[in-house]
Amino acid sequence: MTDIILRTENLVKNFGDLQVLRGISTEIRRGEVVSIIGPSGGGKSTFLRCLNLLEEPTEGKVFFNDQDITDKKLNICEYRQKIGMVFQNFNVFPNMTVLENITLAPILEKKVPKEEAEAEAMALLRRVGLEDKANEYPRKLSGGQKQRLAIVRALAMHPEVMLFDEPTSALDPEMVKEVLNVITELTRSGMTILIVTHEMGFAREVSDRVLFICDGVITEEGSPDQIFTSPRHPSTNRFLSMVL
Amino acid sequence: MDKIFGLLEKYYMVFLSGLWGTLWLSALTVIFGTVLGIIVAMGRMGKSKILKAITDVYIEILRGTPVLLQLYFVWIGLPKLIPFEWTDTQCILIALVINASAYISEIIRAGIGAVDKGQWEAAKSIGLSKVHTMTRVIMPQAIKNILPALCNEFITTVKGTSLASVFFVGELMTSYKTVAAATFLQLPSLTIAGVIYFVVNFVLSRLLRLLERRLTVSD
Ligand SMILES: Nc1ncnc2c1ncn2[C@@H]1O[C@H](COP(=O)(O)OP(=O)(O)OP(=O)(O)O)[C@@H](O)[C@H]1O
Ligand SMILES: [Mg+2]
Repeated sequence: MTDIILRTENLVKNFGDLQVLRGISTEIRRGEVVSIIGPSGGGKSTFLRCLNLLEEPTEGKVFFNDQDITDKKLNICEYRQKIGMVFQNFNVFPNMTVLENITLAPILEKKVPKEEAEAEAMALLRRVGLEDKANEYPRKLSGGQKQRLAIVRALAMHPEVMLFDEPTSALDPEMVKEVLNVITELTRSGMTILIVTHEMGFAREVSDRVLFICDGVITEEGSPDQIFTSPRHPSTNRFLSMVL
Repeated sequence: MDKIFGLLEKYYMVFLSGLWGTLWLSALTVIFGTVLGIIVAMGRMGKSKILKAITDVYIEILRGTPVLLQLYFVWIGLPKLIPFEWTDTQCILIALVINASAYISEIIRAGIGAVDKGQWEAAKSIGLSKVHTMTRVIMPQAIKNILPALCNEFITTVKGTSLASVFFVGELMTSYKTVAAATFLQLPSLTIAGVIYFVVNFVLSRLLRLLERRLTVSD
């Protein structure tokens, strides 16, 4: 295995006539925490969604552990099991209890025995402080609790990479912290993480590298200190002076 | 009033068997219509462009022509197409099922379409297969939209089966015709049939409202 877990090569995505990604090439190292920032509509979400094939790239290639995932012969479900994703709107399953949300995929797709899956789910719930909600339905949870559930639902599949798309943008301010704490803890565990976020303080604190995506290209990338204190590109500068 | 009670006393069995006919004809129509409707909806939502086009045309035709015309069409056409001793009731039932399938397939499609797009994405993102995504995540949520609409379709069907009287298939309107022809008391027998229809649908729509409340409570 190489040190590079994900690599994109000239990634292009069109929606009809609209070119949203205009050639993105980058490499993500195993265990790296990468924040993606940039103006709205710049293509951050689309980039993330191409990585787990929620969007099919129009052109270019994505390699996962040197395997081309745009290859038509790839088993997409198996691939997605290795890439966890957390959405802005949580997208927990309302028709299942908290525990069932977590054990669903391990039991069905990985054939983990039910008791084992549940024991692991309980351990995960304890890790994020939701053990007493195991048998509740999601409608009884707050936004922050739903998002923590969504995170452990993804972790239950033992992914090699976690993708976060603005995980705190739909939350009331008082719940942002509890979710960011969980993600921070995850960054310390050695997980490879890509996170699209508008929480600049958080990005600066946890990431190894920051990508600035604007108009479908990475216009600048670098260490958090470099990007946040001395951005080189005018668009980065403009964006940061607006949000900071 | 006297005439109505007089009629009821003498002919209540005719009306009862008519009601029975209406109910089972409606029930079978909705049950088989649902089965066929699921197949049509699958074609409509599937990947194949050809199937999509075929089911599109199927639905458009059935929604764009009168039910009575469709009943005649099957009643005359079916025995020619498939030579077999089709009874009138069988022909009419098949026509009603085909008609209902068009509406029910749209109900199913709308019910599935109303499930949040994020649910599909979340299911995909944890690596669920297509079948499991559908059976474990999407359908359990879609059913809450589908069931009330399906009950509504049942009510519509109860009224729709009255057209079967044109072919003298045993149901409530046919009972009216039978009694009216025997007694020449058209208005009173029509009133009786009307009251029965109303009561049946009133009860059904109350049950439907109950069901809807139950479904929303569990959200
Ligand atoms: N499924 C789609 N069909 C058509 N256009 C789309 C689709 N998804 C995204 N777009 C368009 O692509 C562009 C980039 O969208 P994207 O969601 O990737 O931006 P973003 O950087 O994540 O923005 P935000 O910060 O607002 O989330 C936008 O103009 C958006 O309207
Ligand atoms: Mg976005």
